[in-house]
Amino acid sequence: MTETLKLDGPSREALLDRAAQGAIGRGLDRPEGPLKVTGQAGYAADARLDGMVHGVLARARQTGTITDHRLEALKAMPGVVLVLTDGIPRNPAQGAVPTAPPAADGVAYTGQPTALIVAERFEDAWHAALAYDPQITPVAHDLDPETAATVETPEDKQRADDGWQDTWDAAPTKVDVTVTTPSLTSAPMEPHAAIAMWEGDQLTLRGGLQMLKFNRKSLADALDMPVAKIRLLAPYVGGGFGSKLGVAQEAVAAALAAKQLGRPVSVVMHRRQVFEATMRRSESRQRIRLACDDAGIIRATAQEYRVSNLPGEAFSEPVARADRAFYATDKLKITHEIARIHRMAAGSVRAPGEAIGIPAFEMALDELAEAAGIDPLELRLKNTVEADPISGLPFSSYPLADTLKAGAKAFGWQHRPPRQQQEGEWWIGQGLASAIRGHFAAEAEARVSLTAQGAIVETDQTDIGTGSYAILRQITGEMLGLDPADVEVRLGDTAFPPAFGSGGSAGAASSGTAVLLACRALRKRIAASLDAAPDDLTLKDGHVIHGNRRTALAQIVPQEGWCEQGHVAAGDISDKVRTTTCGAMFAQVAVNAVTGEIRVRQMHGTFAAGRILNHKTATSQCHGGLIWGIGMALMEELHHDPRDGAVVNRDFAQFHIPANADVPPLSVDFLDAADDWGGPLGALGLGELSISGAAGAILNAVHNAAGIRIRDMPATPDKVLDALDKLGS
Amino acid sequence: MRLILTVNGADHAVDLDPRTTLLDALRHDLDLTGTKKGCDHGQCGACTVLVNGQRINACLALAVMHDGDEITTVEGLGEVDHLSPLQSAFLTHDGFQCGFCTPGQLVSATAMLTELHDGWASHVTENLTETLTAQPTSRAEIAERMSGNLCRCACYPGIVAAIEEVVVRSRADREAAE
Repeated sequence: MTETLKLDGPSREALLDRAAQGAIGRGLDRPEGPLKVTGQAGYAADARLDGMVHGVLARARQTGTITDHRLEALKAMPGVVLVLTDGIPRNPAQGAVPTAPPAADGVAYTGQPTALIVAERFEDAWHAALAYDPQITPVAHDLDPETAATVETPEDKQRADDGWQDTWDAAPTKVDVTVTTPSLTSAPMEPHAAIAMWEGDQLTLRGGLQMLKFNRKSLADALDMPVAKIRLLAPYVGGGFGSKLGVAQEAVAAALAAKQLGRPVSVVMHRRQVFEATMRRSESRQRIRLACDDAGIIRATAQEYRVSNLPGEAFSEPVARADRAFYATDKLKITHEIARIHRMAAGSVRAPGEAIGIPAFEMALDELAEAAGIDPLELRLKNTVEADPISGLPFSSYPLADTLKAGAKAFGWQHRPPRQQQEGEWWIGQGLASAIRGHFAAEAEARVSLTAQGAIVETDQTDIGTGSYAILRQITGEMLGLDPADVEVRLGDTAFPPAFGSGGSAGAASSGTAVLLACRALRKRIAASLDAAPDDLTLKDGHVIHGNRRTALAQIVPQEGWCEQGHVAAGDISDKVRTTTCGAMFAQVAVNAVTGEIRVRQMHGTFAAGRILNHKTATSQCHGGLIWGIGMALMEELHHDPRDGAVVNRDFAQFHIPANADVPPLSVDFLDAADDWGGPLGALGLGELSISGAAGAILNAVHNAAGIRIRDMPATPDKVLDALDKLGS
Repeated sequence: MRLILTVNGADHAVDLDPRTTLLDALRHDLDLTGTKKGCDHGQCGACTVLVNGQRINACLALAVMHDGDEITTVEGLGEVDHLSPLQSAFLTHDGFQCGFCTPGQLVSATAMLTELHDGWASHVTENLTETLTAQPTSRAEIAERMSGNLCRCACYPGIVAAIEEVVVRSRADREAAE
């Protein structure tokens, strides 16, 4: 039996509020933790299969048409068993796409993998891949988004309210700010990897993948075979951050090579290939205009931005949306331009859109506060809204003001003018930004089996570090009155019921609701066996309490156990309310007047994302977002060679991500309250919230410290020194 | 080339292509896949192992350079039902999310505790006149010494808290023993 629920309105699971078992919300350790800390968790590239050979993807060094792969010499190299050139996709599929990744037609970007060399030993394959030197007839392409000949402006992504210009003209206080952000990259610590193995016409592929339901269909389309003949395994994924949403080159190539050879093939991308051939976050140029009245209420908002992608890619970084706003405004103007250029593909990187859109907007707000002579905290509080000012839809919950107030108190926010505090060479200052990220409901299924020994949860949901193993165990423990230690969670296998996967911060709420529904069905089975109503039962510590009787579950559940499925589907909630998560982030920074170095000294975030399912894993995710904000504000930037668009700094020595010593003391807290529109679980997406604005808090603090506005991210020392020079200090 | 790799106390006679890195020998030839390849360039620390007690990046070492050396990988630090104090502390303090860099973090931290105990100074050590073992270990000191191990999930607060707990506890244990 399957317990189904379509999310069409508010709902609530009272058992979670009652928390008889006390499992929900607690900061329990990750159940898979012991495997991870002992090296026993098997990631994609960790399987050792009989007869397995190693494949290495080889890159093309310039764009154009391949006239000759020149494979003869490669095939003769020691150990080489196969060189494959047909069928390797141009770039990975985008997120939640059930179709094949785009086919290659020549070399669309420098570094595109256009061959796979397979050899008995990795060393032989690597050596041969380095020797790959195809003959290419170059084709000149646009490489720079600012000068691209093709710039698309899709109609549904534009907006220009009647009277915008008049409102703007009439406003007494306004700012016109242009912020730029560079190409960025997810750079999960686990490089993309796949091990493919065929048994007859059945393919089993171990992969670093985030969304197995979609990945399976996408791979089936790429290989032109039935979906049912593919089994994907991804029980442990070494980080994703968007880069593993879609099937990428290594998975398709491994499957093709394994079929040809009749042997298992392992293909692991080199770190440099992850940087240059998977997905980048598009660079952006964002012009933001804000105008407020004498009371500090925003009257006109304009966000005009340009992003880029390869021709044919449907994805474009949704920096701002034409159909919504998150602060007060009377008139909205949105211009969304997509330049078609031949840099590597652009796709989803943690919180696509908001991750770069909110920091820029929050920086413009800081400038508006200064222009209006208002405390930036006060300006935000004046402009928080109960309903979306554009669509008129009420928010399901949007306690932005509460997070701002609570966060300001926890951080010790004190508004003061710039350049007031110095310690030797260092200017000290503080800044804030709101965190804002949309939440959406997604379809998911899960199966829960209950036996005398405990429960087993099965779904193809992934845990990419997000805590799925922990929270699904807690939800089951709470619903069935079991010690979470007696719940086993099995994930990342398409043999299990399909979930949404890890994307768009939608994994926990969707798979968690499916598990909750399966548990409801199990409670009905328990109740029926006692001739009771499910609501009259209390399940706790492996016992059923009914009236004044307490019976061990083991005495009720039959030997073979009970198994139930849960299925949640997204209904029409988005037509009725806007679901959004929010928060407030604060930073204290020090800016060195001599060297231009910026050090973040402290950060705090207060976040609201519905019910918090596990305070420990939730806190870690929020730490992660804040630290990504440090990277975005101060150091992260993919440099494209202006001559060929290639990613110049394609490794960790040259693309700097925050290291341990870059990270100051962080504090995080939550306004933990179920959102009834988030489904019976009451949880909203959390994984991407804290990056959505964090860089803005830091750069606003830089202004407060040293009086300089760095609008061209990242704020590297050269830019700081230039700005200080211009200030005349 | 024929050589003996001594890993976690066990000797393995192997015959390797001389180009094989220590990392690939562990993963491909000894099936010890706990040690991870994050960059293959010595930039991320995911492949950290101990060689005769000192931490190195296994991706930057050729296997043939370590004939007869005592190598310790994450598999040698503890077992699922018998975790080392650092492994337990990483669990308690949530010093990981995806877990991919974790083996390297743990091996690196294990060596770092020895370096601290042996009085090695770091870039952020403020007082070089007093022996390090006599000074409380600051969070900055731990963060500095662990900055060769990148974590994109950015679990640095948990990693530092976990190591700090073990440093404080082992110091207390030592003092109690003295």
